Amino acid sequence: MSEVYGSWYWPYVMILIAGFLATECWRWFGVLAAGKLREDSLIFAWVRAVATALIAGIIARLILFPDGVLGDVPIWLRVAAVMGGVLGYKLSNDRLVAGILTAEFVLISGWAFLI
Amino acid sequence: MSSSDTHVEEGNEPSEFEGNAYWFRQGAKATFCLPTFILMMAFIGFTSLAHEVGLTLVEVLLMTLFMWALPSIVVLTGAMSVGTGLIPAAIAVALSAVRLMPMTVALMPVLRDEKRTKTWHMLVASHFVAVTAWVFAMRNLPGMPRAARLPFFAGFGATVHGVVLCSTTLSYMALPAIEGPVAAGLVLLTPIYFMFSMYQASRTSGDKAALILGLILGPVFYYFFPGADLLLTGFVGGTVAFVGWLFATRRAEL
Repeated sequence: MSEVYGSWYWPYVMILIAGFLATECWRWFGVLAAGKLREDSLIFAWVRAVATALIAGIIARLILFPDGVLGDVPIWLRVAAVMGGVLGYKLSNDRLVAGILTAEFVLISGWAFLI
Repeated sequence: MSSSDTHVEEGNEPSEFEGNAYWFRQGAKATFCLPTFILMMAFIGFTSLAHEVGLTLVEVLLMTLFMWALPSIVVLTGAMSVGTGLIPAAIAVALSAVRLMPMTVALMPVLRDEKRTKTWHMLVASHFVAVTAWVFAMRNLPGMPRAARLPFFAGFGATVHGVVLCSTTLSYMALPAIEGPVAAGLVLLTPIYFMFSMYQASRTSGDKAALILGLILGPVFYYFFPGADLLLTGFVGGTVAFVGWLFATRRAEL
């Protein structure tokens, strides 16, 4: 295992198995199960909640503990940008684009002002 | 079972509505809309994230082409950047991708043209199921003739895929030239886009609670249990939100 890990083809094994198969199999199950499963069943509600929390976890990690260029930005400015985005999103009646643009504006102008 | 049989059969299908090629092109034309643009920007954001953690262009393109679900791609990127093993990474990615199954289940009755639709066509077309194409399909397909839906969806999905692969390649090559605040802004695109699109996609208050719990628990588990943080956040946050929602809506008797 340790020989495989770190070899040139390791990333491709990861992408094929942990990436492609782990994603695509759900689409295939969905095609084959269509008509047999109700998509508003409780098991799907639980699965959706787990997936939502997992992705929310990675969102928080990307904002609070980023690598590289975003990591150079002070944490208070990153959080302020997210707060600004939420404000812009709410003030514009839940418009995705407005939320993204406000957050980007706060981050980019704030960071340009600081450096 | 010979392939020539299948081919003849396809050729003999009555084309009541201008034919598959026409609807494929119509689907391709429909690609140029705001959701595609937002998706393109989100993938550009992911590209700069991947660039930051040291993924090569080939790896980025393979992930885009084969997975085609941005949250799962970002989960895999996160796993690869900290050297998570194959099995834990596969579990985390599979968990983040489970939502594709109910989405596909909901799409199939809309996409299907009774018995004339072959299962393997559906298996191939299902690859395009991801939030953007799904929302677009559920909104636009029901108003179309049955025979038009699959080619239209395939045309749309394939073109969005192509556009995103091209913009991803261009942005990966242009990234080293981008510096300072704009580069930081590009990396911020991914989490900020996810946060709002997850919020919009959440159907119940349970989903919203899971989103908020995940945002809080994620950093806590990352601090105390790095490596296992994603799975823990998903299971703990998701289950607590789900159980709370069950009790709140009095569905516990089910």
